[in-house]
Amino acid sequence: MATVQLNTEEIYRLLEDVKDPEIDTVSILDLGMVQDVTVSGQDVSVKMLPTFLGCPALSIIQKNVETALKQLPAVKNVCVEFLRSPSWTSDRITEKGKAGLKVFGISPPPRQMKSDGSWHVDCPYCESTYVTMENIFGPTACRSILYCKACKNPFEAMKPMIKII
Amino acid sequence: MRNESLKDIAIKELLLQLADDDFIHSYRGAEWLGLAPHIEEDVASASISQDTMGHAAIYYKLLDELGEGDADKLAHDRPAKERRNAIILELVNGPGHYMKDPDYDWAFAVVRNYFYTQAKAIKVQSLHSCSYEPLAEVAQKVQMELYYHLMHWKTWFVQLLGSGHLEAVSRMKAAIGKTMPDFAGVFSLGQYGEEMVELGLIEGEAVLQKKWIEAITPIFESVGLAATIQIGMARGDGRNGQHTEDLEKALKTLSEVYASDKAASW
Repeated sequence: MATVQLNTEEIYRLLEDVKDPEIDTVSILDLGMVQDVTVSGQDVSVKMLPTFLGCPALSIIQKNVETALKQLPAVKNVCVEFLRSPSWTSDRITEKGKAGLKVFGISPPPRQMKSDGSWHVDCPYCESTYVTMENIFGPTACRSILYCKACKNPFEAMKPMIKII
Repeated sequence: MRNESLKDIAIKELLLQLADDDFIHSYRGAEWLGLAPHIEEDVASASISQDTMGHAAIYYKLLDELGEGDADKLAHDRPAKERRNAIILELVNGPGHYMKDPDYDWAFAVVRNYFYTQAKAIKVQSLHSCSYEPLAEVAQKVQMELYYHLMHWKTWFVQLLGSGHLEAVSRMKAAIGKTMPDFAGVFSLGQYGEEMVELGLIEGEAVLQKKWIEAITPIFESVGLAATIQIGMARGDGRNGQHTEDLEKALKTLSEVYASDKAASW
């Protein structure tokens, strides 16, 4: 029986299409959630990092990865595993991911925080820096709610998740 | 051989304590949904409760990996006498029920949440050097998320006590008076506490407690409170299965759906 040789590039290409279920302009790859992909014969193993432990979307993402990869006839088994280590940090989000977040009206996470733990982002719509923090907690664990005083739009930002904090 | 099994017992005990604490704490937080003082707070405290439930779930998952049964079963299907959570965390939010005439006390919520989150931060910091590697790894992740929880509750604590508002200050003081007598239960490591320390799983109760007092003392002083912090276990030690009727009732409510069909897949 002839089998088609699978390669990891092909898998990564398919993972590009698996979006965050709550932010459909950003793939799980661009969120930096995929730590490793290995292919062994017809079996694919995807090792992932959870953004937040309390994120209810994790099991949905897992299912979506399985469904996406099983589109390939050569794929027989998909094993998706969430790793305990390393911890996901917000600097894993790619430039493409940041652009995708802005399209959705979410400012990408800032690279650093001030010494008092506060942080600043600009408005994803009008780029104004004249914004206020309304709520560090937002509709999902990874997001905060802000308000732009320039264009008068509420918007969200990805919380910074940095090792040193 | 004997040492090995004692180590297993100590690891499982510690995981149960961490899991059960976060589980009931998250449940009490969730009961505030729709009742918090304002809508922004409703979003924030619900988000924190959800994340805390994620922490409970990961500890239960570690127990599952050690052959203790799956997370849902551990969370829903154990009677009160098998629970290891600290008693202070199981106490009701106030009189009434979240579905009917809730007369919950926000001051008690703020004090308990701040005290507990600060205590959890200290424990989790200690777990960074836990000799059981999977727990040390989980602790790293929990600590990063906890940063936001702690900042939130500390802000409420300082703002209400520093408000100069008579009712706010007196209710906060009453809540502190209600929380302290049972708060040592959070630091108790239970009957295998000595083994946990010897095995390098976590620092001892006295060390953890001292670090907690050091962390909250400057906060107390910043709002003009005398930092005479005396905590105890007035109602007993939850780590050894001692609990109140409040826990029995909570378990009955939260496991109602699970108990209706234990074999169902959710």
